[in-house]
Amino acid sequence: MARFIERHPAWALIVIIAVAVLAWLVFAIWPPGLEAAIGRKRVFLNAVLNGITLGGLYFLVASGFTLIFGLMRNVNLAHGSLYLFGGYIGYAISTWTGSWILSFIVAFVAVALVGVILQLAVFRRMEGQDLRQTMVTIGLSIVFADLMLWVFGGDFYQVQTPSWLIGPVQLPLLTAIKSSGEPVYLQYPLVRLVIFAASVVIGIAMWLALNRTRIGMIVRAGVDDRDILAATGVRIQLVFVLVFALGAGLAGIAGVVGGTFQSLSPGEDTRFLLASLVVVIVGGMGSIPGAALGAVIIGLAEQLGSVYIPTYAIVVTFLIMVLVLALRPQGLLARR
Amino acid sequence: MLKSSLGLIALSSLLLSGTAFAQEKIKVGVTATLEGTYTVLGEDGMRGHQTALNVLGKKIGDKELEFIVASTDATPDSAVRAVRKLIEQDKVQILLSPLSGDEGIAVKNFAKTHPELTFVNAASGAQETTYVDPAPNFFRYNMDGAQWQVGLGKYAYETKGYRKIATVGEDYSFIYTQVFGLVLEFCGAGGQVTNRQWVPLGTKDFASVIAALPDDVDAIYLGLGGADAVNFLNQYQQAGGKAHLMGGSIMIDQTILSSKGSAKNALIGTIAASGQADTWEDPGWQKFVKAYQDSFPESKRFPSPSLLATNYYGSTMALILALRQVNGDLSNNQAKLKDALAKIEIDAPNGKIKLDANRQAIGTNFVTEVVDDGKGALFSKVVKVIPNVNQTLGYDPAVFAKIGLPSRTIPECKKY
Repeated sequence: MARFIERHPAWALIVIIAVAVLAWLVFAIWPPGLEAAIGRKRVFLNAVLNGITLGGLYFLVASGFTLIFGLMRNVNLAHGSLYLFGGYIGYAISTWTGSWILSFIVAFVAVALVGVILQLAVFRRMEGQDLRQTMVTIGLSIVFADLMLWVFGGDFYQVQTPSWLIGPVQLPLLTAIKSSGEPVYLQYPLVRLVIFAASVVIGIAMWLALNRTRIGMIVRAGVDDRDILAATGVRIQLVFVLVFALGAGLAGIAGVVGGTFQSLSPGEDTRFLLASLVVVIVGGMGSIPGAALGAVIIGLAEQLGSVYIPTYAIVVTFLIMVLVLALRPQGLLARR
Repeated sequence: MLKSSLGLIALSSLLLSGTAFAQEKIKVGVTATLEGTYTVLGEDGMRGHQTALNVLGKKIGDKELEFIVASTDATPDSAVRAVRKLIEQDKVQILLSPLSGDEGIAVKNFAKTHPELTFVNAASGAQETTYVDPAPNFFRYNMDGAQWQVGLGKYAYETKGYRKIATVGEDYSFIYTQVFGLVLEFCGAGGQVTNRQWVPLGTKDFASVIAALPDDVDAIYLGLGGADAVNFLNQYQQAGGKAHLMGGSIMIDQTILSSKGSAKNALIGTIAASGQADTWEDPGWQKFVKAYQDSFPESKRFPSPSLLATNYYGSTMALILALRQVNGDLSNNQAKLKDALAKIEIDAPNGKIKLDANRQAIGTNFVTEVVDDGKGALFSKVVKVIPNVNQTLGYDPAVFAKIGLPSRTIPECKKY
């Protein structure tokens, strides 16, 4: 942090001012002039929170994607299919048993198993052949999409939110003061907050696992140099399988999350594949903190865009991607 | 290479000799949105089409109809691609297409490049398709989005007492047309539409849209369909939304009312208008519902046909009846068929339908309210039946032309 300020004083100043403005926008009561210019504070706060919580979902999908890429240099374009498959499994389990929590566990295990099979049956056979892997995963994603369409049809599925998560909660954020002097606090859907908290926990757990454990050390060593790691006697294929299972399982969990606060239907697979591609390109391929930053940026851009410039909202995310590719092609938080 | 082409020739000669003995076929291309946001709508449209074939049969005199289905995703280019493929590769002679509004405008324009063929609109409902520069070989047996809203504005204003409403709709021609019909009538009665929000087709995260809904209105009108509608309702429930709702024709429809999950319960009591009402007691309608239910096992259909099934049924019916009138005669660029189609009046399940000079349907409209049947299934209940709704909504054509074409901001909220 201190080094960053020393090296780029101008940028640091801009960042500090931006953070201060944002903090003021979030906590202060807006003067009437500002409300007239850009709309009510409630809308703004909601858009910001929605962006961050949507970022949580994007992070869950993209972290698995980036983990697999970071270790194996393998662009798994069937990642979206794993997401959708996880969602469908979660739906089936939650309607069958009525348990929301159980659906996460089963979805994680089931999709992780698919990941293991993919790694053993497909990727291991074509190690190091990027183009071939990419083409095969595109093919697989099409096959998976049609299989899922066959089994689940074109219907929309929603994973039932447990009753204790339905409805809004009051946040200690002021949105306005009524003329009677009574403060109005922000109401926000509880389920989104819980899901966001869960994705933060998962993100931190992943970071700790990667940076503080022996397995994490092996994975990080593998990211840097697979061949040397294998030469030291580590069973690298086993590590690959584990990481692939974890990455796929995360996509499965994300599927249940997506099915809970959005919905599942054919086409969601490509949408989330595209979203995670954009997120990791912005954040930096192979970097977990990068995926987190990219996910929040894309989530915020989508939500603020849909409120303030609805017509061009779709373009905003891609504009960000283009800017990042032009100015910092390795991604915001990638190591050189 | 030589070997395989020889094989192909052998195979095709075999096939040809096979067809020589069979009856002559009339090839009809059908498109439906079997991909993307509107998948469920396309699937039920095809069920309606199949029901019509079960009821009416495929025989036209001594000829037999053959249907070739192509999938689209509600975008205009996908529809044109599908139609082009059906014409150029499958050599269809008649088109039953398309399902969605923007597709309809594109296919109508494309129809002009094939004046020798006949196009029967399957279900699309944008006003522009038949109102602006219509194609002489394009026939539409369903009403447009504005006709489908007739009665709703007055009912909301007079019976429900709503004075100020806001609208949320998908950003494309059909919903523009629906909001057009609603605003004309509601504002004409004296109401105010304070805010019109437009979201892209295929929006998944509506949380910010929901947060931006105004609180100082009596009701919120939803012009959404398919996956968008389900997502909206789900997130609306999570956000604790409590406003009165009003619905467009594909919002209050079995495609949404029978979706899985509890979010749809937010719609109980919602008023809407559409080209059909699920619980209408008319014997023709009940017969159609029965035929639909008998055609498919319970898990493979909705409890009652959706608007799309009804539209596909009606357009298939019109085509088959007209073909029978001319005994399948497609000579002279299908002139006889086109003539028959323009003149035919059909007894569709949702009321009598005839065409105007632009080959656009004049039909019956329904104001409805969503009710729970006591077993957890939701249906739209008839509140009011309005016969003979034409495309200018009862306005003098000259006055109607001055209002302008449906768009994000047209019509203005005033009395015309």
